[in-house]
Amino acid sequence: MSAALNAPLNAPGAEAPASEAELAGAVRDAFAARESLAVQGLGGRAASLRPVRAARPLSTRALTGITLYRPQELVLSARAGTTLPEIEAALAGHRQMIAAEPPDLAALFGVATPPTLGGLVAAGLSGPRRIGVGGALRDQVLGVRAVTGDGEVIRSGGRVHKNVTGLDLCKLLSGSHGTLAVLSEITLKLVPRPEASLTLALPVADVAAGVAALSAGLGSPYGVSGAALLPAGGEGFSGPTALLRLEDFFQFLGRRGDALRGVLAPWGEAARLEGADSLWCAVAEARPLAAAPEEAVWRLSLRPGRAAAAVAALRAAFPAKLLLDWGGGLVWVAGPASIAVHGAVMAAARAAGGTFTLFRAPDSLRMAVPVLPPEPAPLAAIGARVKAALDPAGLLNPGRMG
Amino acid sequence: MIELPRPDPAVLARRAPILAALAAIVPDSPRGAGVIGDPVRLRAYETDGLSAYRQPPLAVVLPETTAQVAALLRYCHREGIRIIPRGAGTSLSGGALPLEDGIVIGLMRMNRILEVDYADRLAVVQAGVTNLAITQAVAGEGFFYAPDPSSQLACMIGGNVMMNSGGAHCLKYGVTANNLLGVTFVTIEGEVLQLGGGHLDAAGYDWLGLVTGSEGQLGIVTEVTVRILRAAEGARAMLAAYPSNEVAGQVVDAIIASGIIPVALEFMDRPAIHACEAFAQAGYPLDAEALLIIEVEGNAEEQDILLDKLKDICGRFAPISLRVAETAEQSLAIWKGRKGAFGAVGRISPDYLCMDGTIPTGELPRVLRRMQEMSDAYGLKVANIFHAGDGNLHPLIMFDANDPESFRKAEAFGADILKLCVEVGGCLTGEHGVGVEKRDLMPVQFTAEELARQRAIKSAFDPQWLLNPAKVFPLAGNPVLERVA
Ligand SMILES: Cc1cc2nc3c(=O)[nH]c(=O)nc-3n(C[C@H](O)[C@H](O)[C@H](O)COP(=O)(O)OP(=O)(O)OC[C@H]3O[C@@H](n4cnc5c(N)ncnc54)[C@H](O)[C@@H]3O)c2cc1C
Repeated sequence: MSAALNAPLNAPGAEAPASEAELAGAVRDAFAARESLAVQGLGGRAASLRPVRAARPLSTRALTGITLYRPQELVLSARAGTTLPEIEAALAGHRQMIAAEPPDLAALFGVATPPTLGGLVAAGLSGPRRIGVGGALRDQVLGVRAVTGDGEVIRSGGRVHKNVTGLDLCKLLSGSHGTLAVLSEITLKLVPRPEASLTLALPVADVAAGVAALSAGLGSPYGVSGAALLPAGGEGFSGPTALLRLEDFFQFLGRRGDALRGVLAPWGEAARLEGADSLWCAVAEARPLAAAPEEAVWRLSLRPGRAAAAVAALRAAFPAKLLLDWGGGLVWVAGPASIAVHGAVMAAARAAGGTFTLFRAPDSLRMAVPVLPPEPAPLAAIGARVKAALDPAGLLNPGRMG
Repeated sequence: MIELPRPDPAVLARRAPILAALAAIVPDSPRGAGVIGDPVRLRAYETDGLSAYRQPPLAVVLPETTAQVAALLRYCHREGIRIIPRGAGTSLSGGALPLEDGIVIGLMRMNRILEVDYADRLAVVQAGVTNLAITQAVAGEGFFYAPDPSSQLACMIGGNVMMNSGGAHCLKYGVTANNLLGVTFVTIEGEVLQLGGGHLDAAGYDWLGLVTGSEGQLGIVTEVTVRILRAAEGARAMLAAYPSNEVAGQVVDAIIASGIIPVALEFMDRPAIHACEAFAQAGYPLDAEALLIIEVEGNAEEQDILLDKLKDICGRFAPISLRVAETAEQSLAIWKGRKGAFGAVGRISPDYLCMDGTIPTGELPRVLRRMQEMSDAYGLKVANIFHAGDGNLHPLIMFDANDPESFRKAEAFGADILKLCVEVGGCLTGEHGVGVEKRDLMPVQFTAEELARQRAIKSAFDPQWLLNPAKVFPLAGNPVLERVA
């Protein structure tokens, strides 16, 4: 097998089928020849997880277009290669949005390409609104069409909001990083875009105080839809700052903002920020993390109450740059791209009872360490059989997740 | 009638030693016998919420710890004994229906709340804790567990996870899957796995998402970590009645388009209105063809603003009746009829099948029209209750259980409704699950290839198909079970 490590996607010859039938044909051909495939959208996030060693790239970039949009039913279907900006533009016309607030991480990955819908769902990426109930991108995936590793088209879910028919492969394929099937079309649940938003900024002493304040806000009845903790210096704030966002009808926000400031009062006086949309965009894109190009970036998912201890452990091990979102439940970490530092991140995640993802790093580190927490042996065995059920010859994105 | 697989005579013949082995794993405790083998006591477990089907199991075993569940599964795996996991047995699709050669593992004694953390907004509970008990445990601090199936007094969180249950408020708060953080999951080999935990996003495959709604096909859940939410400051309902289903359907569209997501948006058709009114005297207008119940949340002032906006929208479509609750009591009165709907239909017809398809909301008028034609053709009455915001239909088909022909017709009518749901772009089940009830309709929604992949995933967890077999997947094509001769 000729291993093209991270074969550049837009390289001449990169296969980009323009229909699902062609996509299935391409995968069937690869299956017949037992040739592995590096499955990508526009290829902008290939520097995540483990580098794929595959015979050739296969791109969904030519599978584009919104195939169904029913604003009054809050559903949209689009082919996997459709870009996020294109979908957002269509939704804006009806004042609707994807509740998960999926982030465009082009800057983090140092690329200019926008994310594709297939890439976002395959990576399972959600932004600040993840903290709300049903706020994960996978929660918005009502249906998928996908091509299995032996070239068969399968569907799961559908285009209706409530569906428990059969095993939920929408969830299984969301976040599977193209290792189980190639997503060809995705149907999303939408929500109305709130009329207005209000952000409170609360200077806090440290991570423990910041997370406690965010928890108090999230435990209030005022509908907090974003709860992040910026590091000192992040987005122009001099010290560590807790940000809380309220979104609803304009008329509601005045009172709720006052009430929420009251809830936060034990930690200090929160300032009201107007027009903070770009601030939340920065949080979604992890810009306040200020990760240098040569640094590695991790995401830790843990109980908010364990965040402060995890942060202390990280800081004790290396000069960690940090950004917290999801009320402290998501810790973005940037630091030196070394095996030792990675070990410290793994240990901190384990000690906190949470998980980690080596989200961005030079190939050398991504080749050398576990990019995700290893699964216990019985689960890994089940996982291997599930993989075989969908990708019997193990041709899709080999190595990507482990 | 739905076929069940032929029992394994070798297992039936080993009943006594099997009971003894089970009793060694789950001995009697202060809470009662660990194993039930007495035919009279087994009768209590012979059916679930789909009571037209009955089959006493070989035995029932009532573990009290995860370790016991693991030992039971290890034993059954080694001995090739089929297992039917059971929570409260309220499944409306026959998900907990026993098999003659199978043992029921009942989780009801695992009913302790293990941890509540308000700062992290989660609760860790055992699988046999009832849905309502979670909310009751946290209500004192102003919190609640959001998914609220009408069966919430009885149904258990483990059953909710396995059915991915919804409720009247899932338009705003989502279904079970959207409110889960983790489960303790026991594999058929008796391995205890933690899927998810207190954190939001799993790294690696979303096993929690796959297990949710898997109807006991993949393993047994013994503990569940749920998100708990701070309750809204208040809630209030309104009612709007229309002379046709078409118009009411347009109102639903207009509400969604307005940017307001009510916490609940319920639709009742004429037969449902009449049944509920006769039962509950909620003051529903009897000249209406369709009735909407709409509920909003917020403080009193916000409720006023939202209800004014909704009144405006509803008013534009010439309602027969428009009633906005001024007080919590008036809200309760509006809900009273809807909440008693099952009992109300039960009074008209002691036997009914509760169907559960989902359709794109825009298809509602067409689907209700076709359903009325079918009702006439079958000579069976149907009343419709509909979670209008999310397209989840609950047609209640009334029949006479003493007349086998009437039951056969009711089943055929139900199947036709579900086929119609799929035909218009919807699905066979929105929240009650496939169970045995819709098992044989699966090929209507899925291709052979799709079913084969789902079966292969089931096999990846349960290679011998010992976990709740004969459910979800049609028997034909089942890699292990034989069809009844
Ligand atoms: C009057 C009435 C109203 C209802 N209203 C609603 C409603 O509004 N919304 C809704 O969604 N449903 C509703 N239901 C259906 C039913 O209550 C739900 O499906 C519920 O989640 C079942 O919970 P249970 O504890 O009774 O589970 P059971 O019926 O005992 O079991 C359900 C399924 O899960 C499996 N199972 C149970 N526990 C476990 C476990 N711990 N591990 C592995 N597998 C397990 C069983 O094998 C079975 O397949 C209603 C039912 C009734 C009778």
